[in-house]
Amino acid sequence: MDKTPKTEPRQSWTFSREVNAEIRRAAATGIYDIRGGGAKRRVPHFDDLLFLGASMSRYPLEGYREKCDTSVTLGTRFATKPIELKIPVTIAGMSFGALSGAAKEALGRGATLAGTSTTTGDGGMTEEERGHSEKLVYQYLPSRYGMNPDDLRRADAIEIVVGQGAKPGGGGMLLGQKITERVAGMRDLPQGVDQRSACRHPDWTGPDDLEIKILELREITNWEKPIYIKIGGARPYYDTALAVKAGADVVVLDGMQGGTAATQDVFIENVGQPTLACIRPAVQALQDLGMHREVQLVVSGGVRTGADMAKALALGADAVAIGTAALVALGDNDPKWEAEYQAMGTTAGAYDDWHEGRDPAGITTQDPALAARLDPVAAGRRLRNYLNVMTLECQTIARACGKSHVHNLEPEDLCALTMEAAAMARVPLAGTEWWPGKAGF
Amino acid sequence: MSVLDLQAMGLRAINTTLQSAAGSGDSFTIANPRGSHAVAVGLDGPLNVTVQGSTGYYCAGMNKEAEITVEGSAGPGLAENMMSGTVTVTGDASQYAGATGRGGLLNIRGNASSRCGISMKGIDIVVHGNIGHMSAFMAQKGNLVVLGDAGDALGDSLYEARIFVRGKVASLGADCVEKEMRPEHLEILADLLSRAGADAAPGEFRRYGSARNLYNFNIDHADQY
Ligand SMILES: Cc1cc2nc3c(=O)[nH]c(=O)nc-3n(C[C@H](O)[C@H](O)[C@H](O)COP(=O)(O)O)c2cc1C
Repeated sequence: MDKTPKTEPRQSWTFSREVNAEIRRAAATGIYDIRGGGAKRRVPHFDDLLFLGASMSRYPLEGYREKCDTSVTLGTRFATKPIELKIPVTIAGMSFGALSGAAKEALGRGATLAGTSTTTGDGGMTEEERGHSEKLVYQYLPSRYGMNPDDLRRADAIEIVVGQGAKPGGGGMLLGQKITERVAGMRDLPQGVDQRSACRHPDWTGPDDLEIKILELREITNWEKPIYIKIGGARPYYDTALAVKAGADVVVLDGMQGGTAATQDVFIENVGQPTLACIRPAVQALQDLGMHREVQLVVSGGVRTGADMAKALALGADAVAIGTAALVALGDNDPKWEAEYQAMGTTAGAYDDWHEGRDPAGITTQDPALAARLDPVAAGRRLRNYLNVMTLECQTIARACGKSHVHNLEPEDLCALTMEAAAMARVPLAGTEWWPGKAGF
Repeated sequence: MSVLDLQAMGLRAINTTLQSAAGSGDSFTIANPRGSHAVAVGLDGPLNVTVQGSTGYYCAGMNKEAEITVEGSAGPGLAENMMSGTVTVTGDASQYAGATGRGGLLNIRGNASSRCGISMKGIDIVVHGNIGHMSAFMAQKGNLVVLGDAGDALGDSLYEARIFVRGKVASLGADCVEKEMRPEHLEILADLLSRAGADAAPGEFRRYGSARNLYNFNIDHADQY
């Protein structure tokens, strides 16, 4: 046998197995990969921040006894009926069409039990969610599917969607498999078409027009409803400033890890800024305009725990919103369906072909048999429990930092584990007093 | 017939008055609009409104059942997302007239600018003059009738809306094609022309609609857009 030492076979970092598999898939099919969920790559995130806690110079609150308020009011600037929430976490907009009716109902039930709001999505308002959501935010999207003045008036707030973190600059997508008779009817589309909703609003083009659009919506709804503007994490400083200029009551800022029902993978992974990088510039814009806390900031994109929530609030947000985590709480990607995930060539936790409508958990589907697997009452309770846990976690941290309201958390309570996170969050790198860009260094 | 002076009362009071009278079938005249935005929006029932002069953005937005006439020209987004009723403008309409409209009749006696009938979802629009580029972009349902000429990229990415043009079409957008005018289309057109008081014969029009090639993604169609 030849004993000459051999070079080990070496996989390329650049042309990894995954990359090559994707090239082969593209070559075979001629179409880009479409999937649900948010960015899967690792980007600087809340995990890269830590709270300092109390010490000689900071006085903590008693863990279980002393009050730590979590209430938040959204829409105090112009609306005569602002939204009062018990907890500073809301359910983000997810369309009926992408989700089943039962899933929308479960979101409404869970959010209502926990004292917070839920949000419609591209595709209009369903009875399932209006009926089960004490507070419902009605999205005003470029597609305007199902848009009508009656639903505007029976909403508790209106959210004008300019962008989404998963795809700033992209429109919605719902492929033919999910365009059932009911979904098609609500969207005024033929059944079974691949539905690509518009990426631009049809009747306004910039912040000056948007200001007039907001005037119209307020005139139609008697100036009662808070008007939110949702932006993707693209240019958070200017987008926030322009949203305020256009007359928003609330800015909803969604970073690149934010989920989507269906978008090109290349878009999800390569467009937009991480959530962590977006918060400080947005807060800065509000502060520069004297509008911090007057125009509320809701942050979303990869929020999973009470710690994430506490960190977002400490950086200046008024509340957070969750999409993916809420679906997981309902039962999405549950390992109990592993055999079915395997049969589809995937595994629990990685399943993201939500656009195909074959979700074993019965959430991202329009198939009646699959949808029947989700019990909206039990799923709603799971969501309630999860929201309660998030809140308790956030309070635990806030008390340890000596705060009687979670909104009293501040950047000074934080340090960063990496240079990148320090630069983005503008808090000191752990063990130093420095962050990249800080003046005087 | 009550006359409401917009400059004297202010927009909020005008719209509140109209909104609370919607359903009564009463008649109102709005004097001195002077290009104000969001005039007579969100009316939710039978009512007659005549606006004496030109309006700004979104006049008659989301109208339900009311009959609204603008004696002048209208700014962008006239009768956007209208649900039902009739909106008439005696002059011209700016961009996105009838955008996303879901029902009713929008009758434009002059010309309409670009993106007329964008994303329309069931509304009928009759334009007595010409229309600008990108009209009926992504139009889903309803009828757009043009007595004059149409600008570039008519009906781009069209779904099931029907387009009838009497004059010249500068160019058709992606997936929009000329289609055969069948008797049922002549009938629809005759009805729309008569409701809009348009002096034109259905036989003078050509019909355009979706080729439906882009309804489901096919890589071989990528060069069509
Ligand atoms: C299944 C699904 C459907 C969505 N549909 C919409 C939508 O219709 N409109 C919208 O503005 N955002 C939509 N989003 C984005 C969410 O509103 C939100 O921005 C995002 O999920 C937040 O990030 P997270 O998933 O990491 O919590 C959707 C997200 C998911 C997961």
